[in-house]
Amino acid sequence: MMHTADMMRAFAPYRGDAILVPGRSGRYWINLSDNQPLDVELGDPAMGGHAGLGLGLALARPDKKVMLFDSEGDIQMSLGVLATVAEQAPPNLYHFLIDNGVYATTGGQPVPNADKMQYDMIARGCGYPRTYAFTEIGDFERALPEIIGAPGPVFVACKVVPEIENEPIGRRRRWQTRTRDEVVVDLRAALATAR
Amino acid sequence: MNDAAVVALSPETVLGEMKKNGVTHVVYLPDSETNWLYLLMKADPAVRLVGVNREGHASSIAAGLWLGGAKPVILIQNTGMLESGDSIRGWLMSLNVPIVLMVGYRGWTRHGVTPDTVATYTERFLMAFGINYYLIENDADSPRIAVAFEEAERTRRPVVILVGDEYHGFNR
Repeated sequence: MMHTADMMRAFAPYRGDAILVPGRSGRYWINLSDNQPLDVELGDPAMGGHAGLGLGLALARPDKKVMLFDSEGDIQMSLGVLATVAEQAPPNLYHFLIDNGVYATTGGQPVPNADKMQYDMIARGCGYPRTYAFTEIGDFERALPEIIGAPGPVFVACKVVPEIENEPIGRRRRWQTRTRDEVVVDLRAALATAR
Repeated sequence: MNDAAVVALSPETVLGEMKKNGVTHVVYLPDSETNWLYLLMKADPAVRLVGVNREGHASSIAAGLWLGGAKPVILIQNTGMLESGDSIRGWLMSLNVPIVLMVGYRGWTRHGVTPDTVATYTERFLMAFGINYYLIENDADSPRIAVAFEEAERTRRPVVILVGDEYHGFNR
């Protein structure tokens, strides 16, 4: 099983000028990013919506790759959105799943059927033309050129070590350096310039 | 001309208003009365349809579209709007997305008492969320659609159009 930090470090060289939705990897990505205006670290406006956000961005900006880092808790809440993504089939959408098997921010309770879920199979069944599943960082690293080098939509399920937070929410260290409003303003400005 | 023809809200009018207001994408889940509008939209290359299978998905998709510079509209039924509560709050309201939601007002009637509880709660839901709304029932009401788009842009908030003619307006 890999660590989310290692996964994001392995991915970083492939980011290019893509729009990137870090989802629950934001605390690691923020120290790796070299293009913050195109980072969409919105936190968690409402659980289950990251895939939809990534799809919307990809449809609005077909000229740019969208790298979406989703989580299994979110996707279990919105499995049906995978059918919508597959139907729309944006070739610029790269959908990574960070699967730690638990609700880490609420103390580590397992997501339903955590040990048996095969998210790549679900995505494949919904119509994603390319899907992958990884448990080891070395395999993930070796596959990245192929994953990024071909058109999307592609779904990449990565099994990671859970990092459970038990600190009360109000006492947790804030890793974000921008407010949600600033993220929105920065992204729209960067995309307007890039059009 | 019968009464239904007099009061009808034509799908051509609705689509025309969407295009006039620059809509690029329609994120939708069809209800029983919007098939004719669906067929019109599907045939029109000016708008792209994004079908969802649960209304709660529509808000985050629309937020992404808007963040990317597109102009989406959400087309759902009031039942689905209730289902979408937290998504509307989180993905539309908290991100200040200026968007119009066209919501089929199932159960709406001007005559007698509606037996449909979703109609009972529709406007209460919008009031609880502080979302402004406009009722349209026929083509004569259609200028309100442009009003809703203008208000959404000006306030950077979601604005709802309640389509109160759903039992004959969108069907043929």
